[in-house]
Amino acid sequence: MQCALLVVIVLAVQYLGSNLAANMKLVGITPGFGFLNHAANFQIGESVIPYQAGDSYGRAILVGLLNTVKVAVAGCILATIVGVALGVARLSTNPLLAWQVQAFVEVVRNTPLLLQLFFWNAVLHGLPGPRQALSPVAGVLLSNRGVFVPGIETDSPVIAGVVLVFALAAVVFLAQGRHIGLAASVAGLLGAGAWGLAHGATVALELPRLRGFNIAGGLTLSPEFAALLIGLVVNTSASIAETVRGGIVSVSAGQWEAGAALGLKRLQILRLIVLPQALRVIIPVMTSSFLTLTKNSSLAVAIGYPELVSVLNTTANTTGQALETIFIMMVVYLTLSLTVSVFMNAYNRRWKLRENAR
Amino acid sequence: MTATALDWRKGLFGNKTNIAITAGYAAFVWWLVVPFLQWAVVDATLHGTSETCSRDGGACWAFIVAKANFITFGFYPADVRWRAAVACVLLLAVAVAICVPRFWSRWLAAFGLGGLVIAVLLLLGVPPGQIVTTEQWGGLPVTLLLSVVGLAGAFPLAVMLALARQSRRGGIRMLSVVFIEVVRGVPFISILYMATLLFPLMLPHGASIDKFLRAQVALILFVSAYMAEIVRAGLSSVPRGQTEAGEALGLSYFNTMQLIVMPQALRAVIPSLVNLAIGVFQDTTLVLVIGMFDFLNTARAAATDPQWLGYYDESFAFVAAVYFVCCFALSRYSLWLERYLGRPGAR
Repeated sequence: MQCALLVVIVLAVQYLGSNLAANMKLVGITPGFGFLNHAANFQIGESVIPYQAGDSYGRAILVGLLNTVKVAVAGCILATIVGVALGVARLSTNPLLAWQVQAFVEVVRNTPLLLQLFFWNAVLHGLPGPRQALSPVAGVLLSNRGVFVPGIETDSPVIAGVVLVFALAAVVFLAQGRHIGLAASVAGLLGAGAWGLAHGATVALELPRLRGFNIAGGLTLSPEFAALLIGLVVNTSASIAETVRGGIVSVSAGQWEAGAALGLKRLQILRLIVLPQALRVIIPVMTSSFLTLTKNSSLAVAIGYPELVSVLNTTANTTGQALETIFIMMVVYLTLSLTVSVFMNAYNRRWKLRENAR
Repeated sequence: MTATALDWRKGLFGNKTNIAITAGYAAFVWWLVVPFLQWAVVDATLHGTSETCSRDGGACWAFIVAKANFITFGFYPADVRWRAAVACVLLLAVAVAICVPRFWSRWLAAFGLGGLVIAVLLLLGVPPGQIVTTEQWGGLPVTLLLSVVGLAGAFPLAVMLALARQSRRGGIRMLSVVFIEVVRGVPFISILYMATLLFPLMLPHGASIDKFLRAQVALILFVSAYMAEIVRAGLSSVPRGQTEAGEALGLSYFNTMQLIVMPQALRAVIPSLVNLAIGVFQDTTLVLVIGMFDFLNTARAAATDPQWLGYYDESFAFVAAVYFVCCFALSRYSLWLERYLGRPGAR
């Protein structure tokens, strides 16, 4: 039976494949990845690396991939922060806050993500023009040209990168309450910064300002990117909030009482006793939330943010290489999914090992 | 003072944090909830034309009222709209019937299948009447048909995939694992593109398969991978002894699975299946990316009517409300079902 099934599948693939080859030949498309070197005659709205119409399809696809990675990484980080905060807020003793968070979670989970993306896209495009830009917090400007936040301007990106890594490490150590690591990373941060300044690197905080008819300076998020990011963060944070709440509830009340008996404050109990135990339940579910977010970023094609699927779709329509572009799409997403789950499994294993060592 | 009132007072004003939260909440209500209600209720226009709406400034529900037929049925020919309406009712009836535990039997499968077939025939315009091509389908019937057929069609496939994944034969197991993991690893859009861009090229020259059907099959394949994992979880919750007992009775593999293992496995995962159904219902909106008119897309298209240009806020709010009511009801049902199936002495 097994052999028969395999034979049927092989025959089916061969049949469909020969049709495909014949059809491609008929319209004059050469199968294969040669088209990646041809010139792509379309513009891409925004890009991490320099790109212009006329560059190769390969480069265009890379631009799309980097845009996907950009929104996925930013989305995962922000969704974790917002989701954990919401999950904790859901368990607040204040009934108004707990109720409001639950209402938020229900609304987000029970409406389609695509609709939410349309909504955020409409909101961001409906903002006032640059001259009347809203400024909810000093240094942040909201207008229909995009969201503008303060950026750090430097002429030595390597040192800035090192400083950034130390800063991230410091935040992680701070969150874990490990003072030695915190001190070490702050020392590293100051050291790298001082070294950079001593060697003539300039660094300046740039605030977005109105110049002429547009806003310049600082970091610019296009309306589409901002809409996609907000939509994905809101959507994913709702499911992370539920996961976090479930994880915290799964830790027995005795742990809270034991912490209180030791004279710890509520927030300290949460950070030092409850969350480390809850994480064992939370992390595996969180992994799949991150994977979902990455895959959901493909919905950007509907609001015009040029991520991978959008660029590949344009490529398929202009070159007719449907097979190759869809193959690239699937391989990239499978690789991304696999990478995220490998990282998260490693992180998960570390928790488990520490559990055994105790 | 009663105990609950005391609890409330403590929760709202018990300590500094809670006072701050309560104050913050009041600000939230004042800055967001009140303006929203002002827009949606107080200043809203229920009847009239777009001129009346722009005069009053609030939400233009008159737009939804005027375009209700288009939002619900899309470009379905107006003179035979009753067909789409009856199909909708039929599809809803099937969906509701599946949700009632008392109806769970062989008859339900027959009833469901019959209902689906009749609904599709009604939409197509058979019997009599002119044929309504699938390009003219739109709105609620499309969303309902895609979801219900997507779930129903995925079910047998999912059971087979789940069993294959546990098979002792390496080849079959490998095929199932590869299919499930690949489909779960890529976004739904890429599978939709495969069905719309790639699949037509794989047919012999000149042959073609209806686009709606291709999207439907794509959805079925997509859902079956997720459903297979749920069924697999159910299978692993059934003790091995059950299979062995079946074999000891001299039952064949298929009889053991059909009569002993599957009923227990599926029962354990019904609430998860309902949650999957909620996800599928929402995921059908993605067909708008390949240019099909589901409920969300017709609502969006309604706001491009020159007479009612740009009432996107109202159309999105309306669609959101409809999806919310359906999905919220389903999620409450899932919770109820979990309790119902978990109660002592449950069948």
